[in-house]
Amino acid sequence: MVPWFKRDKDKLSSQSRRNIPDGVWVLCPVCQVSLYHKELERNLDVCPKCGHHFRFPSAKYIDLLLDEGDHREYDAGLRSADPLKFKDTSAYTDRLAKNTKKSGLTDAIRCVSGELDERPVQLAVMDFAFMGGSVGSVVGEKLCRAVMRAVENRCPLIVISCSGGMRMQEGILSLMQMAKVSAALVRLSNLPQPFISIMTNPTTGGTTASYAMSGDVNISEPGALIGFAGPRVIKQTIGEDLPKGFQSAEFVQEHGFLDLIVARSELKGKVSSLLGLLQGEAVKPG
Amino acid sequence: MKDFTLEFERPLRELQARIDDLEELSRKGKIGLEKEIVKLRRKADKLKLETYTDLTRWQCVQLARHPNRPYTLDYIDLITEEFVELKGDRNFRDDKAIVCGLARWNGQAAAVIGHQKGRGTKENLKRNFGMPHPEGYRKALRIMRLAEKFGLPVITLIDTPGAYPGIGAEERGQASAIADNLSAMAKLKVPIVSVIIGEGGSGGALALGVADRVYMLQYAVYSVISPEGCASILYRDASQASHAAEAMKITAPDLIDLGIVDGLIEEPLGGAHHDPGAAARAISETVTEAINELSKMSPEDRIEKRIEKYLRLGKWIEK
Repeated sequence: MVPWFKRDKDKLSSQSRRNIPDGVWVLCPVCQVSLYHKELERNLDVCPKCGHHFRFPSAKYIDLLLDEGDHREYDAGLRSADPLKFKDTSAYTDRLAKNTKKSGLTDAIRCVSGELDERPVQLAVMDFAFMGGSVGSVVGEKLCRAVMRAVENRCPLIVISCSGGMRMQEGILSLMQMAKVSAALVRLSNLPQPFISIMTNPTTGGTTASYAMSGDVNISEPGALIGFAGPRVIKQTIGEDLPKGFQSAEFVQEHGFLDLIVARSELKGKVSSLLGLLQGEAVKPG
Repeated sequence: MKDFTLEFERPLRELQARIDDLEELSRKGKIGLEKEIVKLRRKADKLKLETYTDLTRWQCVQLARHPNRPYTLDYIDLITEEFVELKGDRNFRDDKAIVCGLARWNGQAAAVIGHQKGRGTKENLKRNFGMPHPEGYRKALRIMRLAEKFGLPVITLIDTPGAYPGIGAEERGQASAIADNLSAMAKLKVPIVSVIIGEGGSGGALALGVADRVYMLQYAVYSVISPEGCASILYRDASQASHAAEAMKITAPDLIDLGIVDGLIEEPLGGAHHDPGAAARAISETVTEAINELSKMSPEDRIEKRIEKYLRLGKWIEK
């Protein structure tokens, strides 16, 4: 390799595009290749050149993991109550309204039931498009209800996290959602029903420090940022640059906190295998 | 301990200094100042009451972080008749930002676990300013399991700016360590009583704070993120911390209103450091009463009630 024409990738724009409009070329933030959006979409929003996983909306994860047919969504009517009457540069209620309009979601999680390779499951999928996937009372309550449905129906629970952590606008009530979901999961952990935690980019803060790291099996998508403190906070605290790859899924797995890193295209098959094996099925489905 | 005056305490301190000066003069017998001194003392009492009544939330933050405020080991020393510190997580090292041990608390054997800040630079470096690494939380969990095995109640004293945000902490699984404590505390068979004695800094505080009963000292604070952190994200300006403190509602009365905390433990006027003994007695009594009450329940009932309590937390609208 001749060093003088090596490109310094870090200096190029690396803003990933969440909403990919029709008929537009998309630049992969990792390998800098221009991708036609239809091609990207066909490839589950994964760069066909380098495997970079673009952000994937909750609706697509639901379609990806569940069999076609009856899905039932639960608790879509839950809304934040703004218990603190919180206002910073804008009011929390305005932020909620803006995020609902922008994302088409009512909060940062959707909970559905359906079947995965003909096994009934409860699936909860967080969505970064709603206030950065932050966890407040609504996310906590919806998750707990999903856990309880898994307990009542004796079926597995799958949670896909995509979250910057707890939602500041609900103050201490947000922090308590960590304890609340952990407490609910105790009830499920008493049963031989799997809890599969899937972490996607990013999963940080209190989300990682409660249910996301508590799976019977902890999975991540490749390259996802996973950590407790955000990289900026750590950099500020220690006053040094962070090592390359720090807090990537690969780093977290290397340090022993992730069972598996699974590409999006393999996700359903891998989860299906795990569910079958954990529940002692004698025959591989399909 | 070095004297330390907060900005809002300055008028009071100045008045007290004037009284001291006059008393000194009077003692030397040069002039009759009794009348003046009595008058000023009355004024000072009134000012003291005014200074520490209706504190803003930001003033509470300052008191909660006061460098002379009693820390976990101070309370252990004042409250317990016997204390044996137990160290290490049996895995990596001993994290000195958390102290754990067995104690006799009002005649009752118990496990006591708390964050520990340091006084002065040297001790603060040793204690990492009360910011634990994962091994601190794992040590705490080990002692909780020990308490469970021997049927001892667990008392936790919470006082941390937060779990440490550093490279080693992430490498060794800060998130996982906190998550494990939340689950383990939710189902621990013995009674757990927590007291927030100073700063309740986010997940790093909660990792010792899942309990049957949670109390807060009068001037303690407990929040999802530090006021500075909140301000730098939402206002893009860390100097807006006082506004963030107001918006997040982080004081003991706030948390009682929100149903997060079971009770407020009164502090001596001006803060626990004005009379650590009195603060210690108040903590001791409240905790003992709670343990006595919790001990009447069966472990199964206690766990069930604890889980139900947490399942109720949060406020939402259902359409």
